[in-house]
Amino acid sequence: MPEKKQDAYQEFIKGLWRDNPVFVQVLGMCPMLAVTNSAMNALVMGGATFFVLVASSFFVSSLKNWIPKQVRISTYIIIIATFVTVTDFTLEALMPKVHKELGAFIPLIVANCMILGRQEAFAARNSVRFAVVDALGMASGFLFALFSLGAVRELLGEGALFGYKLFSENFEPWVIMILPPGGFITLGLLLLFFNWLKERKDRLAQQLDQMEIEAP
Amino acid sequence: MNELVWIFISALLINNFVLAYFLGLCPFLGVSQRLETAFRLGLATIFVMLITALCAWLLNTYILIYAPYLRLISFIVVIASTVQFIEMVIKKLSPGLFKALGIFLPLITTNCAILGLAIFATNKGYGFIQGMTYALGAGLGFTLALVLMAGLREETELAEVPRLIKGTAMNLIIAGILSMAFMGFAGLFSAA
Amino acid sequence: MKVSEPGSSRLVATLGLAGLLSGLIIVSVFEATLPTITAYKAKVLQEAVFKVLPGSTQLQRLVYRDGRLTPVEEVGKGEEFVFGGQDAQGVLVGYAIPGSGPGFQDTIRLLYGYQPKQRKVVGMEILESRETPGLGDKIYKDAEFVSNFDALSVEPEIVTVKRGAKAAPNEVDAITGATISSKAVVRIINQANQQWLQRF
Repeated sequence: MPEKKQDAYQEFIKGLWRDNPVFVQVLGMCPMLAVTNSAMNALVMGGATFFVLVASSFFVSSLKNWIPKQVRISTYIIIIATFVTVTDFTLEALMPKVHKELGAFIPLIVANCMILGRQEAFAARNSVRFAVVDALGMASGFLFALFSLGAVRELLGEGALFGYKLFSENFEPWVIMILPPGGFITLGLLLLFFNWLKERKDRLAQQLDQMEIEAP
Repeated sequence: MNELVWIFISALLINNFVLAYFLGLCPFLGVSQRLETAFRLGLATIFVMLITALCAWLLNTYILIYAPYLRLISFIVVIASTVQFIEMVIKKLSPGLFKALGIFLPLITTNCAILGLAIFATNKGYGFIQGMTYALGAGLGFTLALVLMAGLREETELAEVPRLIKGTAMNLIIAGILSMAFMGFAGLFSAA
Repeated sequence: MKVSEPGSSRLVATLGLAGLLSGLIIVSVFEATLPTITAYKAKVLQEAVFKVLPGSTQLQRLVYRDGRLTPVEEVGKGEEFVFGGQDAQGVLVGYAIPGSGPGFQDTIRLLYGYQPKQRKVVGMEILESRETPGLGDKIYKDAEFVSNFDALSVEPEIVTVKRGAKAAPNEVDAITGATISSKAVVRIINQANQQWLQRF
C-alpha cells in the first residue's frame, strides 16, 4: 500500500460502493447467499458479519507488531473464529428465532474469504484508525449487498418486506425467488446492473476526455 | 440402511451443497473453466470431506462433549492441520497422486463446504457411518455440480454473448438454472 | 520459514497465547449466555409438548428400558424417548412422541400427541422442515391440515386421502399441491406409532 495521504472518507466509501466486496469483487458469497431469502435474515447475517469484520480488523491492526509473520494467518483465523463464536452465542441468546433460521450459517462466517482477505490485505499493514474505517466501509458494503439481495428476493418471492405484505391479494408470489435458484439469479442480475453502471461511468469519463481534447 | 440411502441421496442431489446451500461457491465459480481441472478438484474435495467427517466425528465424540463451545475453533484447527499433514504424507509416498490432487489441497481447506460439512453433520447428530455417508454424498454432489458447470462453461466460452454479462454474472445465472434443474430431484425419496 | 529471525518458541508462544485468550473470551461469553439459551430451548420444547397434548401442564421424559417406560432426568446418548404429559393433578394425559423422516426437500422433524385410552393422535407440531415455501410449508402453516391431527384414530393405520375426501376417523386430508409433504408427515407418524404404541 503506497503511503500517499490517506483520507478516511475515501477509505470508507471505497468499501461501501466503488470496491463493494460483493457486487464488484464478488467475495464472500459462499455461505451468505443461502440466508438472503428474506430482508430480516439478510440484515441479521450482515450485522453479524459487520461485527466480526470490524472487531477482527481492530484487533489484528492493534496487534500487528506482536504477531510474527510466520503464524499470522493462523492467528488471524483464531481471532476471527473467536468473534464468530461470540456472535453465535450472543445471537442465540438475544434473537433465538432468527438464530434458528440462520442456524449453521453463522459459524460459516469464519469461512467468508472477505474477512480474512481484509486482515491480510489491509488491517495488518495500516494504522488502527484506518483499519477500522476500512473495515467499517467493507462491512457496510457487505451489509448493503446482503440487504439488497434479501429485500429483492423477499419482495418478489413473498410480496413482502420484513414480513409485511406490500401487494394486494392478487399478487402471485414468485416462490422461486426465495428458493436457491432465485439467489443465484438475483445476484447474477445485480452484478449485471453494477457492470452496466461501471460501463456507463467509464463511457461518460471517456466522452468528457474527448471533449476536453477537442476543445482547445 | 434406508436412512443411509436417504442421507446419501439427499446430500448428493436433493440438498446439493453447491446448488441448494451455496457452499463452496468460490471454487465453483473460480475453478470451473476446464472440465479436467474441475473433475480433479472434485476428487480432491471428496477426499478432504471424508477426512473432515472422520475428524469431526472424533472431535464430537471424544472432546467436544466436554467443551461444546470450542467446536468452531477446534474444527478449523484440526481440519486444516490434518489436511496439511496428509498433504505431506502423499507428497512423500506418491508423487504422482500429489501432482494430480495435491496442488488443490491447500485451496480446499479454506473452502466453506468443508467447514459446512463438519457443522451440518454435527447439527444433525450423525454417527460415524452416517457422517461418512454424508461426506461421500456431499463430495460427489460437489463434484457433480462442478463438472456440470465446467462442461457448460466450456461451451459458453465459444458462444457470443453481450460483453456486459460475460463472466461472473452469466455464470451465476447459469448456476441458477442448474439449481432449478436440481430442484426436480426433491421428493425423489418421499414420493411413492 | 528457515531463515527467519523469531525462534519457533516465539511462534508457538504467540499461537498459544492467542488460543488461550480466545478460549477465555469464548468460555466467558458461553457461560454468560448459557442460562438464557437453555431456558429458551426448554420453553420452546415445553410449549410444543403442551400444544400437542391439550390439557397437560407438566412433562417428563420417558425412556423404554427393560420392557417398560421409565422416567429419567437425562436421556442417554442415542437413546429413544417420549414425553409423558400430565395435568395439574399429576394424572397422565398422554404421550408426546418425537418423529423424523424424509420429507419433500429435507428431513422433517415433528412432535405429536397420543392418547392411549382413546387410541388417538390429539395434536401435531412440526419442529423442523425445509419444505417448499407456499406449498409444502402448509404442513405447519395451514391450520386446516394441522387440525387433521386433533382427533385422529391410529387404527389400523393413518391414511392420506385427497382433500375433502376424509370420511373415516383414521384419514387425513392431504394438502392440494403438496401431497408428498402431507404423505411424508403421515408416514413419519405411522412409523413412530409402530415403534411406540405397543409399549404404552
